[in-house]
Amino acid sequence: MRFFLSFPKKWDVFYNTFVNHNGYKEVLTGLQNTLIIAVLGLLIGIVIGTVIAAVKVIPPYKRVTRFFQRIGDIYVAFFRGTPMVVQLLLGYYVLFPMLGINMPVINVCVTIFGLNSGAYISEIMRGGINSVDPGQMEAGRALGLSFFSTMMLIVIPQAIKNILPTLGNEFITLVKETSIVGFVGATDICVAFRYIGTNNYEFMVPYLVMALIYIVLVLIITLLIRLMERRLKRNERNA
Amino acid sequence: MNETLNERVPVLQVRNLRKHYGSNQVLRGITETIYEGEKVAIIGPSGGGKSTFLRCLNCMEDPTSGSIIFDGEDIADMKVDINLHREHIGMVFQSFNLFNNKTVLENIMLAPVTLRTKKLRKKKLQKFFGKKDIVIDTTVEQIKAEAKETAMRLLKRIGLEEKADVYPSTLSGGQKQRIAIIRALAMNPKVMLFDEPTSALDPEMVGEVLDLIRQLGNEGMTMIIVTHEMGFAREIADRIFFISDGIISEQGTPTEFFDHPKNPRTVEFLSKVL
Repeated sequence: MRFFLSFPKKWDVFYNTFVNHNGYKEVLTGLQNTLIIAVLGLLIGIVIGTVIAAVKVIPPYKRVTRFFQRIGDIYVAFFRGTPMVVQLLLGYYVLFPMLGINMPVINVCVTIFGLNSGAYISEIMRGGINSVDPGQMEAGRALGLSFFSTMMLIVIPQAIKNILPTLGNEFITLVKETSIVGFVGATDICVAFRYIGTNNYEFMVPYLVMALIYIVLVLIITLLIRLMERRLKRNERNA
Repeated sequence: MNETLNERVPVLQVRNLRKHYGSNQVLRGITETIYEGEKVAIIGPSGGGKSTFLRCLNCMEDPTSGSIIFDGEDIADMKVDINLHREHIGMVFQSFNLFNNKTVLENIMLAPVTLRTKKLRKKKLQKFFGKKDIVIDTTVEQIKAEAKETAMRLLKRIGLEEKADVYPSTLSGGQKQRIAIIRALAMNPKVMLFDEPTSALDPEMVGEVLDLIRQLGNEGMTMIIVTHEMGFAREIADRIFFISDGIISEQGTPTEFFDHPKNPRTVEFLSKVL
């Protein structure tokens, strides 16, 4: 009870830090980074995932095909089999220094998030591709289009429509997972609010506000996905 | 009819075609030649291999052994670029298979535009890398315009030009199948394969599809039709193949075949369906 009664005072402390001690700037940077990492990560993930999924559904007649399919399997096994924090730490402290690549920490985060979501999206996409009527591929091939042309022009657009809700889920997961980038020293919402809290060692209000911001973010994304779904469906019905 | 019989040009020459799925022999050696302008109807009991035979002709199913000569090349050979040959072999499916994410017009234009643009790009690339004698006589816009013109002409022909901009999900089965047929026609095929084109249709829509196929036949299109419509087969075909147990167990002109079947297997089949 005492805890809640102290809320107004704590709110004042938070408000003071937020407005007068550049707390809002930190939060805005954090929000920006969170969105950059999640959005770019998702886009990279969609590209990687689509390629892996497309390779996986090629009929495995040729040895080259099987070779690339195995590589895809190993890739997915690694990125699904280790926590994202571990991947981030490995990428930032081991892989990129080893390759001699020196880039801002945000870029490292975007890359790792992209690679990670690529693994998940490849499985989502494979399900999506399998959900499209095989007759669509047959019709394309019978007209003389190549496997990849048919895949890109016919099958994958239909697959994406089918998996849009799941893809939205993946995006929400990514947004929330950005809270780990503090491990390698990038600023996200989480780091920003920890900074505000540390200013007076008063954590209750900052962390509550932080949770609220995440929820609002996710609700907005949910709404956007729903709108997108409705638009895609309308495209098919009339027009 | 008689003139064409004298100078018969083979379109598809099938030699000893076999198809196995594991130990299951679906086609057990079919040798047959299909000539230009000929209309062949394939009938037979289900599971006898008629659809597999048809699907082997454009390598939708890769034959296990044997050869299929089309355009002077053995398309059953895995080394041959089958996509180039499939442009000239139209195929119509039982379940229409119109592209759901494309409008009717886009459905018809997609393959001609994509393939011709690809060839144009290849030519441009070759010219860029020093082959001066390559003539580039078209542009992407021109290809699109031509494809659109062809598509609209074909749509007008079947009386569906007002459906050009709708998606396939709004069409009836008969409309879908007729559009699937003209989609194949837009590639100017040398031969058309029909895989049970009316089996998935409501009875009242069978007629419109058969009418269109009949028209194509009258215009001299070479056609191979797998069908259960015995009356139609009898009316349109120059030759009937009866495929059962993986071989053509009897063939002949419709009159010979329906009125004087020789093979006991054929007699039994006809007694059930007629």
